[in-house]
Amino acid sequence: MGYGENLSASPLQEDQPVRIALAATCIADAMFPQAPRATVRLLERLGHEVVFPTAQTCCGQMHVNTGYFADAMPIIRNHVQTFEPVLDGAWDAVVVPSGSCTGSIRHQQAMVCRRQGDEKLARTAEQVSAKTYELSELLVDVLGVTDVGAHFPHRVTYHPTCHSLRMLHVGDRPVRLLRAVGGIDLVELPGAESCCGFGGTFALKNSETSVAMLSDKMSAVKSTGAEVLTAGDYSCLMHIGGGLTRNRSGVRTMHLAEILASTRDEPVVPPVAGSDVENHTVEVSTR
Amino acid sequence: MNARTEILGRVRRALEGVRGHQAAEVPVVRDYRLVGDLAPGSSEAIDVLVDRLDDYKAHVHRVETSETVTALLGEILAETTSVVVPPGLEPHWLDGLTSGTTVRTDTVDAPLSALELDEIDAVVTAARVAVADTGTIVLDGSPDQGRRAITLVPDVHVCIVRADQVVHSVPEGVTILAAHPERPQTWISGPSATSDIELSRVEGVHGPRTLHVVIVG
Amino acid sequence: MSTFLGLPSLRSRGAHSSGGTGVLPEHAPVGSDVPHPDAPLRWGTTFPDAARAALGNTQLRRNLAHATSTIRDKRAAVVGEVPDWEELRDAGAAIKAHVMTNLPDLLAQFEEAFTARGGTVHWARDAAEANRIVADLVKATGETEVVKVKSMVTQEIGLNEALAEEGIAAFETDLAELIVQLADDMPSHILVPAIHRNRSEIREIFLERMEHTPEGMTDAPRELAMAARAHLRRKFLSAKVAISGANFAVAETGTLTVVESEGNGRMCLTLPETLITVMGIEKIVPTFADLEVFMQLLPRSSTGERMNPYTSLWTGVTPGDGPQDVHLVLLDNGRTRALSDDVGRAALTCIRCSACLNVCPVYERVGGHAYGSVYPGPIGAILTPQLTGSTGHSDPNSTLPYASTLCGACYEVCPVKIDIPALLVHLRAKSVEEDRARNRPTAWGAAMKAASFVMADAGRFATAEKGLALGRIVAGRSGRISSLPFPGSLWTEARDLPAPPKETFRRWWERTHPDTSDGERS
Repeated sequence: MGYGENLSASPLQEDQPVRIALAATCIADAMFPQAPRATVRLLERLGHEVVFPTAQTCCGQMHVNTGYFADAMPIIRNHVQTFEPVLDGAWDAVVVPSGSCTGSIRHQQAMVCRRQGDEKLARTAEQVSAKTYELSELLVDVLGVTDVGAHFPHRVTYHPTCHSLRMLHVGDRPVRLLRAVGGIDLVELPGAESCCGFGGTFALKNSETSVAMLSDKMSAVKSTGAEVLTAGDYSCLMHIGGGLTRNRSGVRTMHLAEILASTRDEPVVPPVAGSDVENHTVEVSTR
Repeated sequence: MNARTEILGRVRRALEGVRGHQAAEVPVVRDYRLVGDLAPGSSEAIDVLVDRLDDYKAHVHRVETSETVTALLGEILAETTSVVVPPGLEPHWLDGLTSGTTVRTDTVDAPLSALELDEIDAVVTAARVAVADTGTIVLDGSPDQGRRAITLVPDVHVCIVRADQVVHSVPEGVTILAAHPERPQTWISGPSATSDIELSRVEGVHGPRTLHVVIVG
Repeated sequence: MSTFLGLPSLRSRGAHSSGGTGVLPEHAPVGSDVPHPDAPLRWGTTFPDAARAALGNTQLRRNLAHATSTIRDKRAAVVGEVPDWEELRDAGAAIKAHVMTNLPDLLAQFEEAFTARGGTVHWARDAAEANRIVADLVKATGETEVVKVKSMVTQEIGLNEALAEEGIAAFETDLAELIVQLADDMPSHILVPAIHRNRSEIREIFLERMEHTPEGMTDAPRELAMAARAHLRRKFLSAKVAISGANFAVAETGTLTVVESEGNGRMCLTLPETLITVMGIEKIVPTFADLEVFMQLLPRSSTGERMNPYTSLWTGVTPGDGPQDVHLVLLDNGRTRALSDDVGRAALTCIRCSACLNVCPVYERVGGHAYGSVYPGPIGAILTPQLTGSTGHSDPNSTLPYASTLCGACYEVCPVKIDIPALLVHLRAKSVEEDRARNRPTAWGAAMKAASFVMADAGRFATAEKGLALGRIVAGRSGRISSLPFPGSLWTEARDLPAPPKETFRRWWERTHPDTSDGERS
C-alpha cells in the first residue's frame, strides 16, 4: 500500500477500437450517474466499446479508509471477481471515473487482502489493478489522445483532487485534456492542490474542520469567476458542490467526463444552479 | 532486571514478532550524488560557496594569497580592540592589526573562561573544510581552529578558508570529516539566526552576529 | 493586570517562578486555554472537540496560515534545487528502516563507542525513570539551575516540571521554547513551538514575563530576538549544567549531533561543565557517512534552508574542550511498543523536521494544541497513539488517527518517506480490530457491517439504490437536501446534498444497452 508512483501505460495500437470495462463507482452509480454516462458517451464517440459489468458495486474504499478491513473484504472480492475477466482479454482495460477509487484499487485492495490473509485474492487484485485506469490516464496513456473533440464554451476551473494528484500522480493529464476543449475558458484555481476537506468520513467525524477547509476552497473557486468547477472525482465535487449551492454561489460542479463528453452538436449544458441536477445530463447514448 | 537489559529485551521481542513476517531486509541504496559536479577548489565551486554565504548574510572576502590575508584582517578588525585566536593560527596573519588591538591566544592548557571570552570582540580561526552547496564551514578543533568556546562567545568570527578546502557537496565534506569523527565539530552556515517569530528569518542571535569568511587562493 | 493574551497564571512549579530571574508579576493574569498537561502525550479533549474550539480562534488561524505558507514556499524552493532529492529520500528511508531492524546491535555499538570516549550512558524505560536519572545527575553537581537546548524528547517526558519538583529550575534557551515557557503555554509545533503566536503577542509576553526588556521594544522580530539574547546571555555564561536532546547518534563512532539555528545549542553544548543529553532509542544512525544524507534532508525540509546555521557534533568527552562530564539517557517510553508493529514502526523513523505539519491542511486550520500531545500534526497523529497505546474510545488519543482527510500532502514532503496516510489507515484498522477482539459494539461498526452486506452484492446494492428515491421527496423541487437528521446533519449543517437522480446509472445502462448482459459482449 502507499501513495505510489504513476502507473504509466503505453498506448495501445492507434486507431484500434479498445474494449473497455467501466467501473462506474458506487457513489456515481447511485448519486451522480451523469459522470459514468458521460464516460460512456465520450469513449463511444472516440470509437471504443464500453461494457458495464453489472455485478459491480464498489471498490471498498470507504470501508478501507475507515479501518473496516474485514467488512471491506466481500466488497473487494466482488470488485476483483467482477473485473477479473480483463485478465483473460474479455476487455482491454478497466476505466474508473474517479481518482480516489482508482487509488484504492491500485494501492489498497491488495494490502487489505494480504492483511486479511487472502494472498490469492491479493495477487489477482494486483493484476486487475494493473489494467485499471483513472479516466484521464486511460485517455492520455492508453488511448493516446488529449484532444477528444469536445466543445464546452464556458469559464471552467479545475480542482485536481488529492488522490488523483498525490496517490495516482496523474499530473497535468486532466489539464491537457481540458486545454484541448474547444471554446473553453480554463482559469487556474488558486491553491488548487489544497484538500477540499472531504476525506470521506472525515467530513462527518471532524465536520467543523472539514467545513473550514471547504470554505477556503470555495473562496478560491469564487475568486476565479468560473461558471463551472470540474474535477475527476464526484466525491470531492459532492462536498464542494454541496457548499457552493448552500451558499448560493452560482458556481456549478461537473465531472471532467461531462465536459469532455460535450460537443458542438450535442452540448452538455451546465446545470442551473440549485436545480435538479438531472436537467443537464446526457440522456442519449450515441451508440 | 536493569533498564538496559529490559529495554534491549523489549526491542528484540518487538523485532522477533515481525521478523520473517517481512521480506528480507531492504539494502540501503545510495543513488544520490556522492561527488558534486564542481571540482574541489575550483573557481566554480568557490562561486557557489560565495553565493550561499551571501544568502546567509555572511561577509565574504576573496584574496589571492596567504600574504594578503594580513592586510585584509587589518581592515576587517580595524575597529576591534580585542581578538582571540587558537594556538595554531598562521602568526603573520595578525601582523596587520592595529597596535591598540589586544590579541589573546586560547589553548587547551590555558583556556579563557566564558566570562573572559565575553569581553573579547572578535575571533580569528582557520577551518577544516567548506561545503559550497550549502555554504557550510566546518571547524573540528584542530590547532588552527581552537576550542569550540572561542568561536562562540565573541560577537565577530573571522574564518579563513583555503580555496583547496572548498568541496562542492555535503557527501564530499562528510568524507573528509569522517577521518576524525572523534573531534568535536561545529558546522557553521552563516551567522546565528532564528526563524522562531512567524517563521521569518532574523540573523544574529546567541552565536556570533557577524561572520566574515575569507577565501584564500 | 490583564492582557489581551489572557496569559495563564504560572504554574507554581514552573522554572521561572522558582528560578533566579524573578521576572514574574505576583498577580499574573489568569485564564488558560491550554492547561498544563500532566501527561505531555495525552492532554485535553478528543481531537474533534479540541479542533472545534481552535477553529473559533481567528487570530490563531491567521498566525498559522501566515507562518505555514511562508515555510512551505521556502521549503519548496530549496528542495526544488536538489537534483537528487528523491534518491536522498530513498536512502534516508532505507537507512532508518535498517536501523529499526538492527536496533539492539546498533545501540550496543553506540554505547561502547560513546563510553570508550569518556561518556556515560544511562537507560530509561519510561518518562519517570528518565526524569529521575536527570534529576539525580543534576543534584550530584550541586547546581539548582540548568540551561536547556530545545528538545522534543524532554517535552515528551515533562522534564522541566519534574526538575522543578526537585527544586531545579530549567531554563529554555531556544527562542520559541522561551516564549512557550514564559507564557506557561504548551508547544504547538515540532520545530517552532510558538508558531501559534504572532509578533505582537510575543512582545506582550516578553513585556509581561521577562525582566529588563529594552525600553521602547517594538514587535519587530529583530528587536524581540535581541531582547532574548540579552535575557539569556548571563545564563549561558554562568551555567554549569546543560540538558539537550539529539538529532542523530552515530553508532560506529559514538557521536551525538544537535542541529540548531540560534547558537543557544552551542552555548549549552560547549560552555557548561556537565552535559546531559536525553534521546529516544530510535535516533541511532549506523555510520558517520549517513550524516551526509540526513544533513541534506533535514534542514531543507525543516526550516527551508540549505543548511541550518549551526550543527554540533561531539563524541563523548573532548579533553580541554567543552563539558568534561558528559551523559546520555537512552529512552524507551513507548518506542518499543511502536516497534512491535511492523507497519506502525515507520513512525519511529521520523527525524522531526516538521514538514508534514507545515503542509497539512488540518494542522493549518486547527494548530498544534488540538492534537493534545507535544507531537502534533500528521506525524503526531501516528506517533502519539503508538507511544501511549490507546485505552479505548474514551481515550483522546484514539481520535488522532482520524484527524486527517488522507490528502497525502504529508507523505509527499516527508524526507524519510513515512507513508503517513497509509499509517493512519493502519491505525484505524487496528482500532477496529481491537473493538472486534473485545466484543465492543460501536455505531460505526454496525453501519459499516450493514453497508458491507449491501455493497458486496449488485442485487442488494440495486435494491438499496431504489430506496434512495425517497431522497427525491425530501429534496423536493429545489433538487437539494439541506437538512437531515443526525448523523446526516453533520453533513447538512454546512453543505447540501443533491437530490438522488431519477435514474441510477445501472438502470440507465440496462435501458440503453439492452443487448449486453452481465457485462459480457453481445
